[in-house]
Amino acid sequence: MNSNAWVPLLVVISSLLPGLIIFSLPEDKVRLRITLNLFGALVKFLLVGLMLWGVYNGYHYEIRLPLLPNLELVLRAGPLALLFVTLSSILWLVTTVYAIGYLENSPHRSRFFGFFSLCVTATTGVALAGNLITFLLFYELLTLATYPLIVHRGTEEARQAGKTYLRYTISGGALLLIGTVWLYSLTGNLEFTPKGFLTNMGEQHYPALITIFILLIAGLGVKAALFPLHGWLPQAMIAPAPVSALLHAVAVVKAGAFGIIRVVYEVFGVEFSAALGVLTPLAWLAAFTIIYGSLRALYQDDLKRRLAYSTVSQVSYITLGVAIAGPIAAIGGVVHLVHQGVMKITLFFCAGNLAETLGIHKISEMNGVGRRMPWTMAAFTIGAFGMIGAPPIAGFISKWYLGLGALNTGQSWVIFILAGSSLLNAVYFLPILHRAWFMPLPESWPEDHNFGNKETAWTLLLPPLITAVFALAVGLLVTLPFSPLEWAKLIAAREFYQP
Amino acid sequence: MAIENALMAFPMASIWAVTLVLLPLAGVICCFLLPRISRTLGLFTSFANLISVSGLGWQLLEHGSYRHAVGGWGAPLGIELYADGLSLLMLATTAMVGFAISVYSTAYFKPAVGVRFWPIWLCLLTALNTLFLSADIFNLYVTLELMGLSAVALTALTGSKEALNGAMRYLLASLLASLSYLLGVVLLYHSFGSVDISLLTQQMQAPSATLAAATPAVWAALGLMGAGLMLKTAIFPLHFWLPPAHGSAPAPVSALLSALVIKASFYILLRLWFTLFEPLVDGEAINSLLGLLGCAAILWGSVQAIRQTRLKLLIAYSTVAQIGYLFLVFPLASNMGSVAWNAIAYLIISHALAKSAMFLCAGNLLRFGGHDRIADLDRVVQRLPLTAAAFALAGVSIMGIPPSGGFIGKWLLLETAIIQGRWDLVAVIIIGGLLAAVYIFKVIGYTFSPAQITHEAHNVSARMQWSALLLAIGAVLLGFLSLPVLSLLNISDATITSGVGL
Repeated sequence: MNSNAWVPLLVVISSLLPGLIIFSLPEDKVRLRITLNLFGALVKFLLVGLMLWGVYNGYHYEIRLPLLPNLELVLRAGPLALLFVTLSSILWLVTTVYAIGYLENSPHRSRFFGFFSLCVTATTGVALAGNLITFLLFYELLTLATYPLIVHRGTEEARQAGKTYLRYTISGGALLLIGTVWLYSLTGNLEFTPKGFLTNMGEQHYPALITIFILLIAGLGVKAALFPLHGWLPQAMIAPAPVSALLHAVAVVKAGAFGIIRVVYEVFGVEFSAALGVLTPLAWLAAFTIIYGSLRALYQDDLKRRLAYSTVSQVSYITLGVAIAGPIAAIGGVVHLVHQGVMKITLFFCAGNLAETLGIHKISEMNGVGRRMPWTMAAFTIGAFGMIGAPPIAGFISKWYLGLGALNTGQSWVIFILAGSSLLNAVYFLPILHRAWFMPLPESWPEDHNFGNKETAWTLLLPPLITAVFALAVGLLVTLPFSPLEWAKLIAAREFYQP
Repeated sequence: MAIENALMAFPMASIWAVTLVLLPLAGVICCFLLPRISRTLGLFTSFANLISVSGLGWQLLEHGSYRHAVGGWGAPLGIELYADGLSLLMLATTAMVGFAISVYSTAYFKPAVGVRFWPIWLCLLTALNTLFLSADIFNLYVTLELMGLSAVALTALTGSKEALNGAMRYLLASLLASLSYLLGVVLLYHSFGSVDISLLTQQMQAPSATLAAATPAVWAALGLMGAGLMLKTAIFPLHFWLPPAHGSAPAPVSALLSALVIKASFYILLRLWFTLFEPLVDGEAINSLLGLLGCAAILWGSVQAIRQTRLKLLIAYSTVAQIGYLFLVFPLASNMGSVAWNAIAYLIISHALAKSAMFLCAGNLLRFGGHDRIADLDRVVQRLPLTAAAFALAGVSIMGIPPSGGFIGKWLLLETAIIQGRWDLVAVIIIGGLLAAVYIFKVIGYTFSPAQITHEAHNVSARMQWSALLLAIGAVLLGFLSLPVLSLLNISDATITSGVGL
């Protein structure tokens, strides 16, 4: 086994090991914990950088370990895997900084950061999984690692939210399991392959394959919050802000969306899926979820809940891009994985800042908050405009490619969905911005914490500013090599539509 | 001659096998003679037992499965010891779980109770080891009876009213079961003049007149032995004795009962079904019936577990449900060595590890808060983190979520069920997993939240916490060890078939 094989495993271990050590640390070892966390995040970041460079230059990173007779645990760093790993390793670093500030002086931090690291480990595994059983393994690990974070506060409300979360995700996992075992007993293969591995299946298997497709997509759709499987997401908002940020931007919903990409492009193959006739219903479902999520977001006064419904809507752009079944739309869907990530994490960081600094949880309490916390609200504004799809912020690029891809494959109805969704996004984001910047300041804030002459602690302020800059940069610098868009084009060329 | 050859070829294996029988027996006698150091003796014996099993395993890996005539008298006259992959796995599981529980017990029992615990536990260990090494159905009866009596004695150890009630029910069920089994043995002996499993199998499979004449008696033997063993294994609806017995016994005892004792009677059932009775039951409705009972056990046991408010009873009902999975082997496996066979072996081992870990956790929680009411677990996750972690990890395996031994077993089981088109079984397996998630997360959910009344916390020793945690970690790590474990299971008969029957 050459040395390249170990790199994907090391990437997984770089967050697993610090996590396990952190569990055993006493509560008051703050410095050691922070050092371990940042060290792990940094090592992961460097290793991912190495693989990015390597894959760009045509190196092959793959490790295979025996798991079952004839089935292996495969970690492989292809272009698509790296897109997701890069996103999660960067955002993990930022979120760790944020969480250190957010949870300062709160109890049970060893436990929190331990599970936080496990969560990232699972996400990394989901990204690097080279076959469906490895994917399943990390996908379930993700469920288990996020549960303690959702119930972290230990209140009755948190326990109920945790219960709802599990009801959805464990059932989803069970569907995914049936689909996977069935597929394996039908084909004897689970390896993610460019253009899928089912093209040789005879017509008599089509009904079974359609059922398997539905099982897999339903199992993944739970985490991807596809309607009607999205019910857990708004409830999971009970978790601390860094967790919401991570759940929404990187870990859970993205694992689901990423899985859908894998299943459509590298298990079934996009042409074979189209031949089975399963993609059009999926596109309609995604389109419906986009509109539905936006409509529900309109009626939420709780800021985090509005953002949660916005996530329901936005993540389905990825599924839509996949289901449109064309190279350009695929680029749009894949790149939205990154774009939605950086924009949504910014918004959640800002929401967390408002709650921590001024005790603001509701939109109706946000009058004039832009003057009290200008930097935070500036970051929020960038995120919000990005979500609406205003150029030159990241969200515009995704929508442009999605629309272009839809026209290219003759599905012009998608344009109306995109336009309608943008309109709705504007309707539920602009009033917030209006309130924050143009309404008069109230006489007092719900809970005013004083941070001297700063608007809030720097560990809380820095992360949203960084991610907001990212959101701008990926929109402005799209043509540079290694920009998410260029990388998505590389994925489409090398993995999805391999010559 | 053949046996002498076998003896010459594998003297080491014989030594290890005989050690496995005599060592715990010697431990029992020493515990009676020297009650003051019974704790040390018990711990030492279970450790030595672990080494002996490794020794036997190493020999089996080198030379294949093994048969030994004690005192030079082979079947049909003497007592034979026999070991293949399945017995080795059972012995190894017993040794590992037994050692962890022994370590736990050194801290759990006060000396006054410990003096009684250690000799009986070693007696149980003797019975288990001998059972897994026995090659004839009468010998199996003797070990079964010895096992049952030691298990009942352990259940009654504390002498509380609840424990005595549970033990009494257990005793009656156990005696009835062994009696039924014995009747079957008598019938077979009467028909064939032998009790050796391989000799009986040969005669049963021979398409001769003996079989035709003996059929009613053989069917009766099958029914009696099967019923007896099923009662001992506590398959639905014969599980009535299990929850009170497992729920009221001291925690390490519950762990032994759930992890090992019920598996031993299941092991006999499995052996007989797939050797002796194979020509009778293959493809018959009786296999479907056993599968049906398994399904009912999974659903009923899980639903009852969800309804419990006390932790130990919840775990006990979970055992009822998990036994159900084992019975799915009957409709799915038509021969030894199939995927279903692997699945069941895997489920047995991972359930033994996970369930013993759970009961030990329950013991820790009882010691910690003085109660085992689930709703009052009161932030255990923070106050007793090792135990909470152990419970959660064991739970992962019980639910069959990857990565864990339980997942591997479930995967293999699902795979055969789908290949054979048994969608009814697929549905039950999946629903069983979901229900397991409900009752396990019910417990875990309460460990995060504060209770209304906080109980005074008592100290729980590190030894008790770590032995539970290590068992649970073992159950999870099993998820990565399927190749070595399955290769042990498939140690075959090939090398010494000539040694059978003089």
